[in-house]
Order: sequence, then C-alpha cells, then structure tokens
Amino acid sequence: MTVTGRGAEPLPVEGEPRGPRAWAGRAGWAVADATVVARRYLAHLVYKPDELVGTLMIPVLAVLLFGFVFGEAMGAAMGVGGEDYREFLMPGLFALTMAFGIGNTTIAVVTDVGRGVVDRFRTLPMAPSALLVGRSMADVVSALVDLVVLVGMGLLVGWRWHEGQGSALAALGLLLLLRLAFTWIGIYLGLLVRGPEAAMKLFSLVFPLAMVAETFVPTEVIPAWLAPVAEWNPLSATVLACRELFGNTTVVGESWVAQNALLMAVVWPLVLLAVFVPLATRRYRKLGR
Amino acid sequence: MALDGVDLAVEPGTVHGLLGPNGAGKTTTVRVLATLLGFDGGRARVAGVDVASRPRLVRSRIGFVGQYAAVDEILSGRRNLEMFGRLYHLGRRRSRERAVELLERFDLTGAADRSVRTYSGGMRRRLDLAAGLVLDPRVLFLDEPTTGLDPRSRAEVWRAVRELVAGGTTVLLTTQYLEEADRLADRVSVLDRGRVIAEGGPEELKSRVGGGRVEVVVADAGELPVAAEVLGRMAGAPPEVDRDALRVSAPVCGGGAGLTKVVRALDEAGLDVEDIALRRPTLDDVFLGLTGRHGTDVGDTEGRGALEERS
Repeated sequence: MTVTGRGAEPLPVEGEPRGPRAWAGRAGWAVADATVVARRYLAHLVYKPDELVGTLMIPVLAVLLFGFVFGEAMGAAMGVGGEDYREFLMPGLFALTMAFGIGNTTIAVVTDVGRGVVDRFRTLPMAPSALLVGRSMADVVSALVDLVVLVGMGLLVGWRWHEGQGSALAALGLLLLLRLAFTWIGIYLGLLVRGPEAAMKLFSLVFPLAMVAETFVPTEVIPAWLAPVAEWNPLSATVLACRELFGNTTVVGESWVAQNALLMAVVWPLVLLAVFVPLATRRYRKLGR
Repeated sequence: MALDGVDLAVEPGTVHGLLGPNGAGKTTTVRVLATLLGFDGGRARVAGVDVASRPRLVRSRIGFVGQYAAVDEILSGRRNLEMFGRLYHLGRRRSRERAVELLERFDLTGAADRSVRTYSGGMRRRLDLAAGLVLDPRVLFLDEPTTGLDPRSRAEVWRAVRELVAGGTTVLLTTQYLEEADRLADRVSVLDRGRVIAEGGPEELKSRVGGGRVEVVVADAGELPVAAEVLGRMAGAPPEVDRDALRVSAPVCGGGAGLTKVVRALDEAGLDVEDIALRRPTLDDVFLGLTGRHGTDVGDTEGRGALEERS
C-alpha cells in the first residue's frame, strides 16, 4: 500500500534519533505532552464541575451521616464519644475519596476510547505515554482539590491535626500517593471495559472494597473471617498511617500490617503502581492490535 | 477484520475513495495506514515513509479523521484546536494562531469560544476535520466523514474536502455512499471481504455496472410475471421481483433512452403500470455487478445513515 504525499520528490527518510541528547529531548517532549493532556482534563473540572461535586458528595454526606447521625452509636461501639469518633472518621473519609476517584478515571478513559478521542491522540506525533501519564497527573491535582475541600469540611466539624504541619502534610502526601496508584487501576479498567455502563458495574465493586477497611470502624469490630481482608486492604494502611500522622483517635490492631501501617502506606501504592502501570501501558499499546 | 491483498497506490494531490459495505475492510485499511493498527504482512508507505518502521514520522505527516467526531466535548472549539496544536508540537504561540486560522477557514469563528457540547453535528464534524488539519498534512485519512450527517452538513464537509485537495493534500476516503465517492473521489477502490475487487474512476465503475435500475410497480400481483418477462428481455439480466411491493426491477443501459424503451415495451404488453422510475446505480448495484451478490447492510445513495461497526 502506498499513499503518497504531494510532490514527487523523494522524501528524506530520517531514522529515529538516537543518543543521549535525543533521549533527553524525547523525555522533555513526553513531559510537555503529558502536561497538555493533564490541562485538558483539569479544564473539565472547571467547565463541567459536576464530576468534582459528584466525587465530594459521598464523603460530605458521610461526614454528616456517620459523624452526626450515627456518630454517638459508632463511638459507643468503640468506647469513645461522638467527637472522638469524628476525629477517627475523617482520615477514613479522606482515603475513601481517593478510592472513589477510580470511578471518575475509568469513566473518563472509557469515554475517550469510545468517542475515538484516544484514536486521534494515537495518530498524533506526541509521546505515546502522554495520554495516560497526563490523565494520572490531572487526577492527582484534582485529588488535591478534593482533599482541600474535605480538610475544610473536617475543620468545620471539629476535626484537627495534632502532630504539627509537617506530619499533616506527610499524611496528605500519603493520600495523594494512594490516589496516584488507584488512578492507574482506573486507567487500566477504563482501557479494559467497553462502554460507561460496564464501568459503572465495575465501580460498584469498588464500593465494598472501600468499606471493608479501616474507613468507618476499626478492623477489630469487623467479623473475624473478614478482618484479614480489611487489615490487608491498601486503604487500611493509609488510613492508619494518616490517623497516626494527624494524631487522631486510632485503634491499632495486633496484626503485622496494622503495626507497620506507615511502611505499608508507602509500600502498597508502590506495589499497585508496579503492577498497574505496565498493565495499563501494555493495554494501551494493544489497542492497535 | 483481516485484510487480504489490498493494493493501493494513490496519486499525490488526489482523492482516493475506498468503497465497500460494512466489514469489507475499509476502516481496517485506513487504520493500518494511519498507524493505529499493526499488520503482519505486506508493506505500507505513507507520504514516502514506511508505516511499520517509522510510525512516528508518519504521524507527523498525516491527519486522521475517524468515524466519530473525536474532539473534546467540554472544551471550546478554540481550546480543542490549541490543544491539538500543542500536541503536534507547534508551540504555544503558533498553536494559538493556527487555531484562529482553522476556525475561520471552517466557518466556526462565531462559535469558537462555546463548548463543543452546544455544536450541531455538522459543526462538530467541521471542527473534527480542522483538528485533522492542524499540521497541514500531506496525507489526510477520512473514515466515513459524512456518515450520520444531514444533507446540508454533508455538503459542507464535501466542500471542505474539495478545498483541501485543491490546496495539494492527498486524501484517502472511506465511504459507504456511491454518491460520495462520485462527488469527491478521483479514483475508487471497491473493497469486499478484505480485498480490492475493482479499481477505477467513479464513472468507469458505474459504467461497468450499467446505467442504473428501472423499477416498475404494477397494479396487480397477476401482472408481475409479465412485467418481469418484459424487463428481463430489455435488461439482459434477470429482474428482481418483490411480491409484497408489487415491484419488478432490473438493470438497464442507456439512462433516459433505456427507460423510454422500457416504457414502450410495457405499454405494448398492455400492462397497467402504477409507477415507473429510473434509479441511479447504488453501491449495492456496483456490488451486484462486480460480485453477483448483494453487499449486506449497505446504505443506499439517499443515505439511510447506518453506522458501521468499527471493524
């Protein structure tokens, strides 16, 4: 098959540039291209803020519902007052919001694939990594916005951090790291499923996974047969680590994961990234096979 | 969809049409050439560059406009074009200028800062086309550019494509509509089951098929055999009889003159004809003429706008 361009002159056929300088140039373009893609997704938050509002709806309602309606009862189950329970609850909700972000990522990717936007990107001379990396960058930025709103909400209902700003920032860093890892799960799922309906079904699986964790109650009140699942849930490690770093009410279980929550709050996201970045990248390349 | 023996050579500065029913391999061919699909045999060169070994270089010389308007729904038309400019590595300033130029050229300046959500189907398609032209590509791939568009939007897209070709761009176009190929293409390849089964100018292909079909509707089912006999004699090909519609049709040569002969013959046979019409050849006719069987699910020239599944 030959499709010739205008002009019959023989076109120079350059090889792909090699060597360290070319490599640095390509890396520079990869960053620039990813930034352009990230800005596209962030512009969506501004022009169509319902995604952001939707993401925040669940944790904000949860603060009101679990903090105030069930707060005393939940606290009583743990042997603490409602106020202490709210301190206990907020880090759980921060992490929950990070997990629910998977839904937004998946739906955005599915929509782009379905509308042919991904095809168009793939015919541009941009860095092949730019679309996925750009999406993950945008997700981390929008997660930061989510967290700022939720921290404000927490402060309104009496939640505080007690271990200084450095520790508080470290906790936020761990939450963003978790979101970054979840983003790549979302991207992978978005490339895997067909159509937003299928994505919604998958998302309903995220719901129990985000609940069977340290989110709302300490794992020790979870039935014994389910407790290991909750303890080893990546969400739990981040929640426990954040409670520790914020100096909030916490109940640290006997298990090894609970004892090493800080370590696991770093290790888990890195493991997830190590698995899902290659999976998503391979899947993206395979769109053409 | 497997391709098996697709040979295409497109002259620079012309429009080449790929015509065929759903699943014939049109989309697959375009996707291979636009670096979207890998292939395991054969050779493909686009704008002088080998597709398999230099996909990135190919991408910097082509524009690709797929079956769906692949633009960002939420951003404005201007921001869409600026974004694609940046991704083509035009730089911030040049991207902005290029967006203004393209908006003007495609008559979208008035809607430039509105969200694409508010655009009509034709406006979206024009923006989509503009996005494929950010780089002023040597080769432009258009995959069913007017499927699902109303006649006015379709005419707008045709006009835009003609202007591009006048400016020297080479266009490879897939279509289910014979009329579209007729209006735009300098040459046409007819695809069937992953193979090119005919190639030539649109007129050449049509003349191979014949002048068109005469359709006769009779008043009574009892007259169908007589009408079929008359048409069969005139056409030299077995006529088709549709009992429910009381309709007989057959290919005829000679256009209007052919029709006159048929009318006279029917009159001589003393038939009570309800309706008679000469239908221009459709893709289905081309198919029937070339393969002796109907193309399946083929949109006719009036454009029922059946969407093709991506193969």
